[in-house]
Amino acid sequence: MQQSTPEPVLQVDDLEVAYATRLGAVKAVRNVSFEIWPGEALGLVGESGCGKSTLAFAMMNHVAKNAEVAGGRILFRGEDMVRKSGRELNRIRGNKIAMVYQDPMAALNPSLRIGLQLAEVLMEHKGAAGDDARAECIRMLERVHMPDPPAIMERFRHQLSGGQQQRVLIAMALLTNPSLLIMDEPTTGLDVTVEAGILDLIAELKRAFGVTILFISHNLGVISRIADRVAVMYAGELVEQGSVQEIFRDPQHPYTAALLGCVPKISAGRQQRALQPIPGKVPALHKMPKGCIFEPRCDRAQDRCRSDHPDIVETAAGGAVRCFFAGSPEIAEAAGTQSAAGEGGHAASGEEVVLRIEGLRSYYKAQEAGLGGLDGRHKRGFVKAVDDVSLTARQNSTIGIVGESGCGKTTLAKCIAGLASPKSGEMDFIGVDVARVVEQRPRELLKELQMIFQNPESTLNPRRSVGEAIARPLQLFGTVPPREIRNEVVRLLEAVRLGESYYDRLPRQLSGGEKQRVALARAFAGRPTLVLCDEPLSSLDVSVQAAVMNLLLELQQKFETAMLFISHDLSVVYQLCDQVAVMYLGQFCEIGPTEALFAPPYHPYTEALLSAVPIPDPSVERTDIRLSGAVPSALDPPSGCRFHTRCPRKIGPICETEAPPLREVTDAHRIRCHIEIDDLKAVAPVLDPK
Amino acid sequence: MQGAAWLGKRIAELRRSRSATVGAVIISFWVFIGLAAPLVSPYSPTEIQGARLQPPSLEHWLGTDHLGRDVLSRLFWGTRMVLFLAPISVLLGIMIAAPLGLMSGYVGGRLDAFIMRAVDILLSFPTLLIYILIITSIGSSVIIVVIAISLGSIPPITRIVRSLALDERTKDYVNAARLRGERRRYILLREILPNVSGPIIVDSCIRVGYAIMAIGSLGFLGLGIPPPTPDWGGMINEGRKWIFSMPWTVVAPAAALSSVVIGLNLLADGVREIAQQR
Repeated sequence: MQQSTPEPVLQVDDLEVAYATRLGAVKAVRNVSFEIWPGEALGLVGESGCGKSTLAFAMMNHVAKNAEVAGGRILFRGEDMVRKSGRELNRIRGNKIAMVYQDPMAALNPSLRIGLQLAEVLMEHKGAAGDDARAECIRMLERVHMPDPPAIMERFRHQLSGGQQQRVLIAMALLTNPSLLIMDEPTTGLDVTVEAGILDLIAELKRAFGVTILFISHNLGVISRIADRVAVMYAGELVEQGSVQEIFRDPQHPYTAALLGCVPKISAGRQQRALQPIPGKVPALHKMPKGCIFEPRCDRAQDRCRSDHPDIVETAAGGAVRCFFAGSPEIAEAAGTQSAAGEGGHAASGEEVVLRIEGLRSYYKAQEAGLGGLDGRHKRGFVKAVDDVSLTARQNSTIGIVGESGCGKTTLAKCIAGLASPKSGEMDFIGVDVARVVEQRPRELLKELQMIFQNPESTLNPRRSVGEAIARPLQLFGTVPPREIRNEVVRLLEAVRLGESYYDRLPRQLSGGEKQRVALARAFAGRPTLVLCDEPLSSLDVSVQAAVMNLLLELQQKFETAMLFISHDLSVVYQLCDQVAVMYLGQFCEIGPTEALFAPPYHPYTEALLSAVPIPDPSVERTDIRLSGAVPSALDPPSGCRFHTRCPRKIGPICETEAPPLREVTDAHRIRCHIEIDDLKAVAPVLDPK
Repeated sequence: MQGAAWLGKRIAELRRSRSATVGAVIISFWVFIGLAAPLVSPYSPTEIQGARLQPPSLEHWLGTDHLGRDVLSRLFWGTRMVLFLAPISVLLGIMIAAPLGLMSGYVGGRLDAFIMRAVDILLSFPTLLIYILIITSIGSSVIIVVIAISLGSIPPITRIVRSLALDERTKDYVNAARLRGERRRYILLREILPNVSGPIIVDSCIRVGYAIMAIGSLGFLGLGIPPPTPDWGGMINEGRKWIFSMPWTVVAPAAALSSVVIGLNLLADGVREIAQQR
């Protein structure tokens, strides 16, 4: 991608950023050197706490109050950023170097109109006059594909969706035509369909306008989509650098290989179910290992790695890597093939049915926004969160539910758990009618149904020790005799790889992944028949996510539990589930065995979701299908087929007027669409199964 | 042994915040004075010691009052009343208001509406009016003063506890408790209460300050603790007539009163600061 200009836009030499803390000075970034060439996108990956964001802010010489650039140079177009005065830096920041942040909500001022915030950038940096600035802003909004830019200019932040907010911020960053665009996790927290749209936009800007980008993400799939070159960061150091193809095909550093190994992949084939988590965690900054920083977690460490710190060396392919054993064959091998634990997917049918749901509906009263609701003139509507859902869950198998946020996944799980009350429909759980809230269910039944929640921060009572949290269900359900409880808790702690030393710890002393493990142990303590998982992995780092996912599978196999697994991440669902339901606006639009669902015939929505999943493999070719707009309000869902407003395969007025039939592909695979199955079968597969 | 270790830890935590340290020192001083009043007071608080309205001297550091009693001794003994009655009345208020607030926030629906409207009605009266109403209709005694003040503190505490419970209710650990079939009582007292107790404690520190002022106001209005028991509010009231000629009879109890209130506020701020750092 290097153009004729011989000079890199950004050149970082031996950078060091140090923080002054209570425990003395710690170096959050050490020995970091890299270059970004004009028109290039450099992807920066690593787990959380590896110093990615610190590095990004250091590029503009903008560090926290207690931090300083302690060594090295940052040359931006040949000028050293470290030596610049505050005034000079202000001229560069937001002008020559622009930044797009992770949380668009926090980056936009809630009380100023979008237009004013955009124009301000031009007036500040370019001294543009009001009208010129406005025209330029509108042009820029068009460029980021915002619908009706003049109208957008008049809006406030809360009147835009998350994806639109991020587009506005990208437009804002591009207004001054910066030489370098730093993007810090710009799509994290967005729905996968929205994310795909933003990534398309970034790729297009790069292609059409030659924007130079430093792109930070923890998501390898996103990085592989955007970056030309990739730099892998671990505990404050760059451990590997190289072209995106090389990094993904032939990682040289064990950490890169390990990161790739723990990402669930749709293209990998479902037989290799067990992922390879990275043991341990990123070392604390004041407790850096003496030798190689990755040595404590590396399965190929030798004596030398413990005593000596490896230097960056060039690789044959033109990259750079910080490992003594780079290029030795076993690393590449470890990344390529993974040991297959478990004997593939188990039979989805044949096992005993534990949960049967027919025509379940759950509505809740809409919150009236603003003062309008006070005078009673506005009729309060009902949010049809779950609207006619039927499903069957079997022992020892997992049913996945996927869909964008706001499609009713969580309400469905809460209905099944009895935390929300169903409006109508039948729910039969191991032969008992459970279409009611948990307080009204038979008490003997409660131990059979447990739930694992999304947010590890609130899933445990902060005032209760880990041991107490796990012991309580044992005591309540009488799973084991009272004097055995402590032993059983320890056994469970060992099953989730935490061990007895965690017994007396409080939640605030645990990391997110550890909290989720405790939640797992608590849910499985009473040996339930069915466990509901509401996005239990979504807030965890990839390396931790793989470990928790493996545990979940292990516990399921041990106790022969049925699981209902809610996720927005199709690759996780692909690896974990035997059956998948795709949910849109309170209804299932497709349900079927996993392999069948990930291949044609697809429901058009499934097809679009699949096409949006970021895949950590730059060589995968696939069709790009993008959905426009956001999920419509469940307060007043579209007539006919609920998906017709966004459907790329809409066939005509019938989609708007008539609810589509549920068509059977096979006994277990059903699609709710007006299009004939045979026509859907003719669609090319989104993912090329090589 | 364990208690000492616990106390040591808490003190170490308190020292992390400057305002908490200052607040704790002020309050400890007054608690000490209150406990040691018989030892540190030079004279009896109720007996007449000599000439009326003496200015401060070596014998009477803060002079004597309109009946010839030693102001310093009355001030010291008065500490007992203030530092004993105020916390008791706040504690009584919390004991009634906390369960109400917890139920209201957690259960919601009609119960919530009922409790909240009752609270609103009480809140719509000025608190002082409630005190006066109760005390004038039943008569003034130490117990009645305590009851009146705790009753006045119920509505605001209920509201605070309710909003805290409302927040906790939606957290997943409460959902997990519901799923394992915990009784409502258990969820309220064992799951939610420990997690809202921090803010309740901070709030009650400030509220003890209010209660002290309320006791003072009632004493000033002549509705407080009946004489001759020493009470700071009553002392201010008695000294009022000589405020210009003999200011010490008013200034001393007023300064004591405000130092206790400020100490409590500082302590509350500090505790909040420490809780946030954790």
